[in-house]
Amino acid sequence: MAIAQQNGQGRRRSPLSSPALILTFKTLGSIIITMLGLAFITFVIGRVMPIDPVLSIVGEQASKSTYDDAYAALGLDKPIIVQFYYYIRDVLHGDFGDSLLTARPVVDDLIRRFPATLELATLGTIMGVTLGVPLGVFAAVYKGSWFDQIARVVALVGYSMPIFWLGLMGLLVFYGILGWVGGPGRVDIFYADIVPSVTGMILLDSIIDGNWDVFWNAMSHIILPATILGYYSLAYISRMTRSFMLEQLSEEYITTARVKGLPERTVIWGHAFKNILVQLVTVIALSYANLLEGSVLTEIIFSWPGIGSYITTALLSADMNAVLGGTIVVGLVFVLLNIFSDLLYRVFDPRAK
Amino acid sequence: MKPIRNIMAGVVMGFAASMVALPVMAETPANMLVIANRIDDITTLDPAESFEFAGSDVSRNVYGKLVNFDPLDLAAGYGPDLAASWTVSEDGKTITFTMRDGVKFHSGNPVRAEDAAWSLQRAVMLNKTPSFILTQFGLTAENAMEMIKADGNTVSITTDKRYATSFVLNCLTSTIGGIVDKETVMANEADGDMGNVWLKTNTAGSGAYSLVGWKPNESVTLKSNPDFYLGAPAMERVVVRHVQESSTQRLMLERGDIDVARNLNPDDVAGIADADGIAIDSELRGRLMYISLNQKHPVLSNPKVIEAVKYLVDYEGMQNSFLKGQYVIHQNFLPATYLGAVDENPFTLNIEKAKALLAEAGVEGLEIEVGVREAQERIEIAQSLQNTFSQAGIKLNITVGTAKQILGRYRARELDMYMGAWGPDYPDPQTNAGTFAYNPDNSDEAGATGLLAYRNAWDTGGLTAKVSAAVEEGDRDVRAKMYADIQAEFRDIAPFAVLFQKIEQTGRNANVANLRVGGAITAVSYWPVTK
Repeated sequence: MAIAQQNGQGRRRSPLSSPALILTFKTLGSIIITMLGLAFITFVIGRVMPIDPVLSIVGEQASKSTYDDAYAALGLDKPIIVQFYYYIRDVLHGDFGDSLLTARPVVDDLIRRFPATLELATLGTIMGVTLGVPLGVFAAVYKGSWFDQIARVVALVGYSMPIFWLGLMGLLVFYGILGWVGGPGRVDIFYADIVPSVTGMILLDSIIDGNWDVFWNAMSHIILPATILGYYSLAYISRMTRSFMLEQLSEEYITTARVKGLPERTVIWGHAFKNILVQLVTVIALSYANLLEGSVLTEIIFSWPGIGSYITTALLSADMNAVLGGTIVVGLVFVLLNIFSDLLYRVFDPRAK
Repeated sequence: MKPIRNIMAGVVMGFAASMVALPVMAETPANMLVIANRIDDITTLDPAESFEFAGSDVSRNVYGKLVNFDPLDLAAGYGPDLAASWTVSEDGKTITFTMRDGVKFHSGNPVRAEDAAWSLQRAVMLNKTPSFILTQFGLTAENAMEMIKADGNTVSITTDKRYATSFVLNCLTSTIGGIVDKETVMANEADGDMGNVWLKTNTAGSGAYSLVGWKPNESVTLKSNPDFYLGAPAMERVVVRHVQESSTQRLMLERGDIDVARNLNPDDVAGIADADGIAIDSELRGRLMYISLNQKHPVLSNPKVIEAVKYLVDYEGMQNSFLKGQYVIHQNFLPATYLGAVDENPFTLNIEKAKALLAEAGVEGLEIEVGVREAQERIEIAQSLQNTFSQAGIKLNITVGTAKQILGRYRARELDMYMGAWGPDYPDPQTNAGTFAYNPDNSDEAGATGLLAYRNAWDTGGLTAKVSAAVEEGDRDVRAKMYADIQAEFRDIAPFAVLFQKIEQTGRNANVANLRVGGAITAVSYWPVTK
């Protein structure tokens, strides 16, 4: 009995059997397997696509010897699986290869481009959440009222308007006619490269540097694309919030709370809203992840050097190092946001502990 | 409802506050030229490797060449640049250039004959895409050191046989003729690459501008070279911003945030044509649109059918509708403004004539496939052809595909018909004559897939010899006449119908003067620009 108990205690003390550690290892394992699988599938698809990476380097008019040199330099003469092995080996050494299109390391490109997307997506999501959640909650509370109707129209427009059109109209009105906001690009050229790049996000970098001229200029450029992305995610978040809330508000415990005479504010925010948090976190995380993939059309219209247009351009030219690097970053973002929302569940839902 | 009202009010106030504080710049500085252009085709800035439009735009302003074009007088042809003069040996195989004195690279190093020789040797040895422009003169990685030689302040180039001097010199004006600073480049060499990796993203030239930075898909920034031998340029800084969308470029031009918009589509050009303070320039560029018929096809190789097809194109209709302002009718393989170019365009849409020719050939119920790359204007041209062909009883099946799919089949001589574009590689008539009308061995084994005549299995009906002769003709005027004759014959017998030549429309602030985008023969020049 004593031995058994000792063993039991020993098991509990052993670092390997600690549940938190097991969870960490499991999570890490699943990240690695997911990433490997993702890289492999992307790799294979890239090789069977009817686009010739050599052609995108040397052009249509190159001679055969130039073509062959470039073909061999890319290692395309080796079997796919060998190519994949070399690729993974290099990646493990932190080398994602060079992009064919930008002539520089993929890592450098991603370091330059991902923060641009992160900045835009984060601002967009903040707008989407701060406006979308209250909009959804009140639309549910005042179901059928004029407020609910307006919220529905707002969301419907956000869902169905092509982002391309919204972007162009936004530019035309607020930049072209009214001149309230900055034009395409992250800052005016006169403000480019003034603040040292620390995070790669100009808003943050200019705050760190204390250069408010650059900050306001960058703000004037980001506000329109961020609002458009924010509107898009607002539409989704407000609709989801509304339906989650409606479900909760029809539950018996809400009726009980009201019968007990609790103030309506407590009933809504303290009881019903608290119970939709877990679902809401998933919705917000997904919508954030979607924006982090990079919105290609928004990036094109606003000449925003983000990751979406980077991956798309690379894909169309079969610039596989760039595509793989970009895919791995986007994949990591999804995985990390997933883990993050898992962690939040534990905070919001005692049962998940 | 109170909380939401508070939040909304807060956010709106915040936005409003930030809007008011925004500085709105209405005009670019007087010493700065800001251009919106699509620059996503730049993959390298090394003159030995660069072969795209936006890359040539940078190179032209950064690198001096032995001989060059005067942007304000392109019609004059090549003239001295880093070479002050040159002489040609009696056998016509060696050209000796005397270097201009006192010119310096941006690094401060003097521009020596040795730099010029090394730059050209390097371009041959690196064997990148444009290297054929030099290797066509018999230069190879093995013999480059003997054939290109520096001696004191002269540099000589010896070719494998006699070529027209104008041919060699025209080739040296293209991007690959850019003279790089040997000392600087070799200081940045890695793994015996002759500085190729470094030069992809850096520059080492002696031209009017030097590179401040190239951010892919974002911008290229140049600063002026105050010691430029033709005088310091007025525009001290040139920024080319990547702006993909035509309508965005238009808005930026209207707002005064840019001085020049390079990719306006016809709608946007029409929209700002009458605007105050904005001007539109049109320049002919080198790109041609053409269709070609595979001579392996039993029916398409019939001369009557070939002739009929040339009458089944609605040249005027296309030029005046969806190609308006972007392309002009041109039915010869040398683009207007090239040496030897002619402007005769004898073909018009004539269904009856085509029908009669087809009847003479005994053709009925013909069904053919045309391969087209997935580009809007090309697909529209193919659709127009489909329509006019059907009026003469020919069923045209359009196959749209990627470059790899369509070009692969075209090179393998598998397409009945091809509809596409051709851009000259260097500013000499040989660039197009040598591909449209030259095919020394038409057998499948020859594998000369780079030649358009070969891709269509056309033996050129004797034009090959005439093209070879024109390449060797020393007299510039006689040479021009030879090309005019070749083109007249080509129009009649070739299974090619050249359709249109590209026009580039540039929107600019009216105060920008002397901007030349380079016509059909070269790239943009920033140094003459004033505001």
